[in-house]
Amino acid sequence: MLTGALLEVQGLEKSFGAIMACARLSLSIMPGEMHAIIGPNGAGKSTLVALIAGELRPDAGVIRFSGKEITALSVHKRSRLGLARSFQITSIFQGFTVLDNVALAIQARSGHSFRFWQNARQIAALREPAFSMLEQVGLTGRAQAVAAELSYGEQRQLEIAMALAVKPKLLLLDEPMAGMGAEESEQLTALLLSLKGKQTLVLVEHDMDAVFSLADRISVLVYGRMIAVGTPDVIRSLPEVRKAYLGDEEMEGACSRID
Amino acid sequence: MDNFRHFDLRSAALFLLLAVLAVIPLFGDIFYTRLMTRIMIYAMAALSLDLILGYGGMVSLGHAAFLGVGAYTVGILSLWGVQSAFLSWPLAMLVSMLMALVIGAISLRVSGVSFIMITLAFAQMLYYCFISLKGYGGSDGMTLPVRSSLAGLLDISRHGSFYYLVLCILLLIFFAAHRLVHSRFGMVVQGIRDNERRMLALGFPAFRYKLVCFVLAAGVAGLAGALMANQNLYVGPALMHWKQSAEILVMVILGGMRSLAGPVLGAMALLIAEEALSSYTEHWMIILGPLLVIVVLFGRKGIYGMLKRSR
Repeated sequence: MLTGALLEVQGLEKSFGAIMACARLSLSIMPGEMHAIIGPNGAGKSTLVALIAGELRPDAGVIRFSGKEITALSVHKRSRLGLARSFQITSIFQGFTVLDNVALAIQARSGHSFRFWQNARQIAALREPAFSMLEQVGLTGRAQAVAAELSYGEQRQLEIAMALAVKPKLLLLDEPMAGMGAEESEQLTALLLSLKGKQTLVLVEHDMDAVFSLADRISVLVYGRMIAVGTPDVIRSLPEVRKAYLGDEEMEGACSRID
Repeated sequence: MDNFRHFDLRSAALFLLLAVLAVIPLFGDIFYTRLMTRIMIYAMAALSLDLILGYGGMVSLGHAAFLGVGAYTVGILSLWGVQSAFLSWPLAMLVSMLMALVIGAISLRVSGVSFIMITLAFAQMLYYCFISLKGYGGSDGMTLPVRSSLAGLLDISRHGSFYYLVLCILLLIFFAAHRLVHSRFGMVVQGIRDNERRMLALGFPAFRYKLVCFVLAAGVAGLAGALMANQNLYVGPALMHWKQSAEILVMVILGGMRSLAGPVLGAMALLIAEEALSSYTEHWMIILGPLLVIVVLFGRKGIYGMLKRSR
């Protein structure tokens, strides 16, 4: 166990009937670290994300976040503590404009919203930070577009922008590159690289290029068990990792997937 | 009136409507004055339902309960000798809101069909509760001796005065609701409607916001109920029967959800159609029913939505 960890997961267990989705799983994320979690389909990555975010309750185990136990805390309270996430399946407000989407995320960290009179779209304290967030992800040109009209790649960018906009202590990205083309993935990788050292990140991802260029450490999850944790170089060279997940010598080829 | 700057068919229709509403009592025909007063009161109720239905995404089939609670508050106070509108109308709103706080705190724990059924069940419970209140008329309801008094500022026993008061209140509510749906609170409520999971992930306690929205809407419905009691000089349990809730729901859907003008137009269209058709036949529902089906099928955004498209 590492001391001073921002997120600390200990002995986490979760099963669905006979399926053990998470088996005595432990994980420590240090402040400023970019930590990737990889594993084949059905390894329990989505379950782990849901457990950390608070959408699922573990059968056993403890989750601590910045020194506080959050195992029983609801999703919105965890978010308030600074644990933000993005969704694997794009989860934006389709009927709102792109700027509205991010402004709503800014609003989430700007005190309570029991404010009934002032027009939310005219509050500079919400709109300006939202706009600069769009600048950061390269979506300013689409600020006034309705979110539903964005291309898939742009929607993924918006998804990330909203997660970043709440200025989280820890950002949990659930397959941010899912369904993206090679060029879009590279753009997003570059964006995340620019956050290196400034943003603590847990990245669940299948795109091995992204994982190996971003991660400080990588955890390998297979059938709900953490079979290895280490730096990219260590993970790359582990025979059991190759066998369990990477498959053979040609990593990139083996890691493409369809789902 | 979502955007005042664009003079389109919608704004034109609304300004025309406002102009017509402004002059109706001047013709001196009490029948039309009273009919339009009733329509405007229902418009308030429909507008309040749209706040939770259209903006909040909560399909309530018990909204008339708050209408009834508001009306009974005024009726019971009147029976006790309290005639002041400044006392009884705010109290009507308050009692409705307290009732909504209890009903909402329980029913908002579920969504979808369960929510519809629980709101319906609560409304029917209140309906039977008031039927059994023999002291307050039971199933016959009770008549009010006089309309509420406004401390000599305005004599609303005259139909024309009451009409203009109701019109002013409707405009005030419309304006306040316009502010509300564009406020930070309004954005949150609409965000929850579209994607509650994401709102939670962003850190919004969704339940609390939905509950406040539910309670605010009930307050407006309670005020509509207070006005209804004055309009009819009668309050009865039929006001909170589920058919009444359904009728308000139809007004919202017919006029167009997710807009503020829609429910007003819906109330107007439905009640005028009822009035017109029922003078020809007592089986007017046979005609009105299919008409509703057509509007809902071909204009999924209701009358107000169609106005935009045919621009």
